Amino acid sequence: MNDPVTLYDRALASRLLLGTARYSSPAILAEAIRASGCEIVTVSLRREAGGARAGETFWSLIRDVGVRVLPNTAGCRTAKEAIATAQMAREVFATDWIKLEVIGEEDTLQPDVFGLVEAARALADDGFKVFPYTTDDLVVAEKLLDAGCRVLMPWAAPIGSGRGVNNAFALRALRAHFPDTPLIVDAGLGAPSHAALVMEMGYDAVLLNTAVSRAGDPVLMARAFALAIEAGRAGFRAQPMTPRDMAEPSTPIIGRPFDRLA
Amino acid sequence: MSATTLQMLLDELGYDEKTVGTALNQEFVRARDRAETRLREGDAVEIVTPRQGG
Repeated sequence: MNDPVTLYDRALASRLLLGTARYSSPAILAEAIRASGCEIVTVSLRREAGGARAGETFWSLIRDVGVRVLPNTAGCRTAKEAIATAQMAREVFATDWIKLEVIGEEDTLQPDVFGLVEAARALADDGFKVFPYTTDDLVVAEKLLDAGCRVLMPWAAPIGSGRGVNNAFALRALRAHFPDTPLIVDAGLGAPSHAALVMEMGYDAVLLNTAVSRAGDPVLMARAFALAIEAGRAGFRAQPMTPRDMAEPSTPIIGRPFDRLA
Repeated sequence: MSATTLQMLLDELGYDEKTVGTALNQEFVRARDRAETRLREGDAVEIVTPRQGG
């Protein structure tokens, strides 16, 4: 495996994690997963409506595609709700991985970072491998690591907004401050160029959902993101040149025709 | 509902117990504890199954 990323106990060739929500059909979802080349997809737990048995059908589709799942605690508003949801997810999905979300505000779906740290500590103590969905706040990131998280997932912009990176300075600061912690940008990306940008910053991976599922052609967009992430990662590893204010000729000066010889 | 335990409730509702998660009053209930988990008036039962997520 060339240039893998290791998230907890798992080395992954793909640096794209894909959400499974809001696709127009299960077939498009399955195709998008394959086109993205991702090895991890996010899933959730919900109540069944009436006598429907949608859960079993969906779970069977994901198992058929053959990817690993990262269950989330989406929609939880307190640490207590998130902890109980994580425990149910561990049993249902048979994994100790959990994407931890504790939502503090409805308009922006901004994480409640206090509840997040509390839930992260309880879950890490209980043996979970916690992937916390957090803001770009550096002090919160410190607290999450102290709570036992070994991966951090800061937002780029609010969930589903497609805005791209709202605060490049904060994301760069996080990367510089935690050089050895796997950092995954989760939420807010809309276009492949957004993903390439964060990968060029040195982020380890990207988690996407709406940008792919709500694209005009989700399967093609899944592929586009995969290429952008690969390109951005290679660009980071290749160490981009330092920008300068003034021009610098790229063609050699010496030997220019019509130059007067002094 | 005539169920007196969480397991009886799941059976009554016809769930495949392998693909559901359960909680009672916001506390997780393990699958193996459902048969001994008694339900009382006013209990808040959660029964959840896999679903799409971001």
